[in-house]
Parts: sequence; structure tokens; C-alpha cells
Amino acid sequence: MKHIKTINKSTLNKDIKKAGCGECQTSCQSACKTSCTVANQECERK
Amino acid sequence: MAAAILVLQFMLKQQVNFMIHSFKIHGTNMVLDVMSGAVHQFDDIAYDVLGCYERNGVLNNDKIKNLSQYKEAEINEAIEEIEYLKKKNMLFTEDPYTEMLPAWTKQTVVKALCLHIAHDCNLRCSYCFAGTGEYMGRRSLMSLEVGKRAIDFLIENSGNRRNLEVDFFGGEPLMNFEVVKRIVEYARVRENKTGKNFRFTITTNVMLLDEDKQNYINENMHNVVLSLDGRKEVNDAVRKRIDGTGSYDRILPLAKKMAEERGEQQYYIRGTFTRKNLDFGADVLHMADLGFEQISVEPVVAAKDSGLDIREEDLDTVCNEYERLAKEYVERRKNGQWFNFFHFMIDLEGGPCIAKRMRGCGSGTEYLAVTPEGELYPCHQFVGHEEFLLGNIYDGLNQNTVREAFRETNVYTKPRCSSCWAKFYCSGGCAANAWKFNNDIRIPYEIECELEKKRVECALWIKAQESN
Repeated sequence: MKHIKTINKSTLNKDIKKAGCGECQTSCQSACKTSCTVANQECERK
Repeated sequence: MAAAILVLQFMLKQQVNFMIHSFKIHGTNMVLDVMSGAVHQFDDIAYDVLGCYERNGVLNNDKIKNLSQYKEAEINEAIEEIEYLKKKNMLFTEDPYTEMLPAWTKQTVVKALCLHIAHDCNLRCSYCFAGTGEYMGRRSLMSLEVGKRAIDFLIENSGNRRNLEVDFFGGEPLMNFEVVKRIVEYARVRENKTGKNFRFTITTNVMLLDEDKQNYINENMHNVVLSLDGRKEVNDAVRKRIDGTGSYDRILPLAKKMAEERGEQQYYIRGTFTRKNLDFGADVLHMADLGFEQISVEPVVAAKDSGLDIREEDLDTVCNEYERLAKEYVERRKNGQWFNFFHFMIDLEGGPCIAKRMRGCGSGTEYLAVTPEGELYPCHQFVGHEEFLLGNIYDGLNQNTVREAFRETNVYTKPRCSSCWAKFYCSGGCAANAWKFNNDIRIPYEIECELEKKRVECALWIKAQESN
């Protein structure tokens, strides 16, 4: 494409039926104790 | 409950089917397709053409006529590219999640505990939310007996979850380190018998760190959070010893050694910024200059008008500082001075699933705090507030209805979040902040929201720069 560069394709809406296994890290425990950030966490299934 | 979810689903289908967020940073036009997570960089023509689309993804031909500065052929190319992305579900993607809400909001298990190993501290930090360690109670240390029972409670309440987390927190956990070690030993024995996998973390002010403690932590803790606020004058103005003197000179060499011996991985040097240092980017860069590679500096959670709290009138300054830091971050990483800033980390391809993004940190449900006496609270920030007492490790969870409120709270049940573009990145923000500032865990703290949105924008911009 000439005018648009895609940095990241669709990812959130993939495999949504498999979502929610709950094995991932609790988000406030990696570094933040006062402000939530979950988008940087790893999925345990990947 | 089921009826409420059906009504909610209907409302959401009417309101927020499509959502994009477009923004500019340092002259770059960025576009996020909220529902799919697709991220794009637009040139000026495409960006202006996108501005002629309605919220539902339909082109408004009247608006297009106003783009007289561009050639018709260029406009048509841009429209063609936007329509292509729409067809590929990478722009104006419809919300596919509302039908999954019942499955993702069902009763869950406990998988993480924050153990308040010491309700005592050897520092007197001005902004401490824990009342310099006391949490509105008395100074006390967790006994080994309480710690062991907490491990058993976690195993008993974790259902089929294999990965369990325990964070040693305080106050200052190094003040009760022998108990920390014995709890770890006990958990290792229990995990062998139960098939669980414990991950331990410790959050420390470093003051009591010595070689033995360091070695033990490096051998046994999955992650360690070391507190330092950045520049000496900034740190020492707020992170003071009991005698009022600063802590920087004591902390720095110990924290440096710890970071180096962990191979600059699985740790954070973590600072807090207040309205006294809104130029906190300088503190981030100071710690990077010192050689730390894993850095987190976060806005203070302080009472309104405490003199330290970030206020609405500070937002422009703080947001500009994040943008300045993002630019310097990209430059340094490109030029061999790599470091990681926690709030600019974003995993676009392998991040958490959408169910996790909806629910956030899990406080009050998956994640609980345990006091030295064995009481349970939704998280460390709620400890000492009796209305949030959820039971204790001996008798289990009580019938406090607040637990149900935590379980039902997600980015779709919070009105402000459901219409926000950043909801799948902040997951609704911190419940404790919401309660402290708005007296309701469902109403997010707006200043936190604005800062989080800016950090996500910076993180997406950084991704675009580093992909070039």
C-alpha cells in the first residue's frame, strides 16, 4: 500500500473461543503495584 | 445476572460496534483499530481521508469534497486502501466480544497472593499509601505459621490453575526475610505434591539487602522490584530514612549489583514520580545512564491536595514529558543504549488474550492480599479498609458482597471504559484508584486514564518507529 503502513495486523480477535484460560500472570505483580498495565504481559499458551 | 448481561450486550451492540483511535505523535499519524488490535501508520493524505469517515466506518462524501489540497487520484488511492483494510477486518472492525462476556465473567479461582510479610518499614517515604508500613493498623511481622497457611489457602482455592504467584510485599519484606525463605521452602515442598508451579516476586526498598539475601532472591524469585525514584535529589526528597536523611547512596550500589547479577533481566528498578518532579523523564534517563536496563517510573497515588498528587492542571506537562521520553527512548535504543521502560512495553503480537484484557489485574477475585494476621483484602491498596475485608486464610472467603462487585467489574460493565479506545490496554485501570478518588470501583480515576492513554499512544508510536 502507498499511503498506509500496517504495523500490526489483527490479533485481539483471533482464537477468542480459546481465550480466558487464566494461567497468565496477575498484572499488578510484575512491576506496577499502583497502576495497571496488562498489554505487555505474555500469554502462557504462546 | 444473566438478564443484566443480555441487556448490556444489546446496549453495547447499539453503541460501540466500531471503534478506531487516530492520533499524531512527533509528526507521525497513527491509527488503532480498537476491536482487532491492528495498528497502522497513515500518511497525511490517508489520515485526512480517514477523518472523512463517520464513526460507523461509512465514508462521508460531503466531507471528502473539502480535501481540495489533494489530487483526486491520491484521495481515491487512500479510500481504496482504507476500504481494503475494512474488508480484511483491520479497520472499523465490529465488536466480536460481547457474546463471550458470560463465559469470561464467570466465577474464578484465586491464583495470586500478595503476602504482607512486614507491616513495618525502615523508610519514611512521603507518598506511602501504606502509612509508612502500618496500613492504618499496628506495626507487625507475618509469622511463618500465617505464611504457610496462606500457601495452603492459595493451593486450596486455585482449582485447576497450575501457575500460582506469591509476591512478598510490605512495608519492607527484607525486615522479615527469614520468614520469606521458610515460606518459599514450604511452597516448594507443597508444589511438588500438588503439581502447582509457584512464581515468587519480592518488592523491596533495598536498604537491608546484603549478599546472602541477594543470592537467595536471585536463586528463588522470578522477579524482583527494587525501589529508587531516579535522581539523587528527587529520591532523597521523598524516600527518607527514619532520621530524615536520604536513601539514594545506600540503595544505588546494592540495586546495581542485584541488577547486574540477574543479567539485567527479571527485575525492575521502580520509581514513583509526583508533581514535584513532573520532569520524571530525567529520572528514567538517569537510571538508564546508571546502566539499569529494566526501568519503571510510575505516577504517585497520593491523596488529593497532598502536594504530591498529579492534578488535572499537570496533565499537559506529564503527557508532553511522556512524548519527549518516547523520542529519547527510540533514539537511545537505536544507538546501542537499549533499555526497557515498563509503561512503554506493549506486546502487539503475543500479548494477553482478550478475556484477560477485559478483566485486568484480578484484584478481589484472582488476586488477594494477605495481612500479617492472615486477613484477606482485594489487593494491597485496600488493606486496612474494613469494608473491603474478604475473610481470612483460616476460615476462607466471607460473604462480603464487594467480592461480587469485583467479579462483575470489567471494561464492558464500566460505562466510561466501554466507550474508551484504550480499554483493551489498561483493562479498566486500578480499582483502588477508582475507589480512592471516586468512591466506586466502577468509576475509573480520570487522571490515571489520561496518563495511561498517553502511554499507550507512545508505546504504539515506538512500535511504528522501531518497525521502520
